[in-house]
Amino acid sequence: MGEVIARAVRGLRKVARNQASGGDISTLATESNLAHDETPDPGKRDFLYVATAAVGVVAVGGVAWPIINQMNPDASVLALASVEYDMSKIETGSAVTIKWRGTPVFVRNRTQKEIDEARAVPMDQLKDPEKDEDRVQKGHDNWLVMVALCTHLGCIPVGESGEFGGWLCPCHGSQYDTSGRIRKGPAPKNLVIPPYKFLTDTKIQIG
Amino acid sequence: MSSHETSKYVPTHPVAKWFEDRLPLIGFTKSTLIDYPTPKNLNYWWTFGGILAFMLGVQIVTGIVLAMHYTPNAAMAFDSVEMIKRDVNGGRLIQAVHATGASMFFFAVYIHIFRGLYFGSYKAPREILWILGVIIYLLMMATAFFGYVLPWGQMSFWAAAVITNIFAAIPVIGDPILQLLRGGFAVDNPTLNRFFSLHYLLPFIIAAVVVLHIWALHVPGNNNPIGVEVKEKRDTVPFHPFYTMKDLFAVVVFCIPFAWFAFFAPDILGHSDNYIMANPLVTPPHIVPEWYFLPFYAILRAIDFNFIIDSKLLGVIFFGGSILILFFVPWLDTSKVRSGTFRPAFKWFYWLFVVNFLLLMWYGAQEPALQVLGPFTVADVSKLSVVYYFAYFIVVLPLLGRFEKPRPLPNSISESVLSKPAAATT
Repeated sequence: MGEVIARAVRGLRKVARNQASGGDISTLATESNLAHDETPDPGKRDFLYVATAAVGVVAVGGVAWPIINQMNPDASVLALASVEYDMSKIETGSAVTIKWRGTPVFVRNRTQKEIDEARAVPMDQLKDPEKDEDRVQKGHDNWLVMVALCTHLGCIPVGESGEFGGWLCPCHGSQYDTSGRIRKGPAPKNLVIPPYKFLTDTKIQIG
Repeated sequence: MSSHETSKYVPTHPVAKWFEDRLPLIGFTKSTLIDYPTPKNLNYWWTFGGILAFMLGVQIVTGIVLAMHYTPNAAMAFDSVEMIKRDVNGGRLIQAVHATGASMFFFAVYIHIFRGLYFGSYKAPREILWILGVIIYLLMMATAFFGYVLPWGQMSFWAAAVITNIFAAIPVIGDPILQLLRGGFAVDNPTLNRFFSLHYLLPFIIAAVVVLHIWALHVPGNNNPIGVEVKEKRDTVPFHPFYTMKDLFAVVVFCIPFAWFAFFAPDILGHSDNYIMANPLVTPPHIVPEWYFLPFYAILRAIDFNFIIDSKLLGVIFFGGSILILFFVPWLDTSKVRSGTFRPAFKWFYWLFVVNFLLLMWYGAQEPALQVLGPFTVADVSKLSVVYYFAYFIVVLPLLGRFEKPRPLPNSISESVLSKPAAATT
């Protein structure tokens, strides 16, 4: 069957060759077809072309990947994946900024008033609806731990400011409430809660 | 321009002949830089191409010299720039020329782009020429951004943080891309190192694209203030000495404000916060980019509402779109008439576009909550400017070509030159 098709293709090429007017570029094309035709098995040559090209693509990709991948975080950066922090010195109503993986993290000891304010907000007023209860850990409702980067373009918001008593980003004016939820401005999401756990009542491990 | 006779250089000296037979460099230079037939009616807006070539040279030379003293390390970069200014022989001036040179470069490129927009220099057969220009502009923006990060001051650091964060808006692959760009979870030493490497590389890529840009210019030849193609030899003058001298004079005039900035006010266009060393734990209270990015920054900031997709991605799409839309201008403008001089309605929309662009620049420098018109804040009115910015390209240019009745065009450049002062050119 395959042999039949190959013969048919060769026949068609011959017709095309005969129709081509002499002296122009199409003659050249058919001449090269002629050479191609009379190889014992044209399919074998096509296979070699495709196989060579495929190997070439893999080789180029194999060389390109390390050149791109070297830009990814290196071992020394990845080694700083978790930190511990003792929060016993943070008084109610104040906050500290600590560094985790090169980025700042807010640890805020919230007042009861701030917690109540955050919990009184109806969900439909939120751009990124999330309950305050889901943003803290059970039994530690006063401790708000958040990556201190505005979810817009990564500036550090300023605490206890803005219309909602929470955070205000100086870069593009995004405003967060006392639960770190986005309320106004270009930021799309609430401030991110990093993975953390309480080692004791006053000590946490981030990361 | 097929009527133009390309000069045929015939070497007389045997050494020149020997060389020319092997590499026809002298003939090529003569035909492209000396005998190149140029429309005889080019005004001073056309000298900014030459000024830009000059500025690229200035930035490359001063930059290579600065790299001999600069240390691309997060702990030492800030001090090394201060060391350049205080200790290196002539360093204060070299650094000032490079830093203010970026501003002068952008000033010139804006004039050059707006000249092209007014005189329809992007229209057939110059689309590729225009597209190469937009690519150069994009490369310039990247280079300027990388360079701004190198002094590692507070503004440098937070510019790097904010701009790289733009890529995090891409759905799904945003975060891996962000880490790949920064080489970490935050902007840090690896980021500074690679930015230095790229800042050194890109100007040479720009130079290569400039060669293509000039090549694409020399195929159809220059556009000109009346937008009527060259028809005969007497419409043109040879590039040298007519335009070499005119461009040189323009460069000298351009150097007067440039020298004033470099000598007397090297920091006037910068931000004082950049004299505080980068601190990843404190964001300066008021972040603004350099003046030449302000219009686009205002567009990014104006999108502070969710619409189908979230405001961050939407802002980034508008921000990117405001520049990428320039690629499509040759096909968006449907008018057959090139020069704005002969388009009575276009002029109004064009100058409104210029004013709107300057307004966006001003908005970009203000606090979003600042009230400008009664109860309306910068955040509100800048949305209006964003609408006009895009409407100019998407609505005005396509429709004007259909409905506008242009004034009659002169038959040729020579006719228009001889009938002066009737045909004014802005």
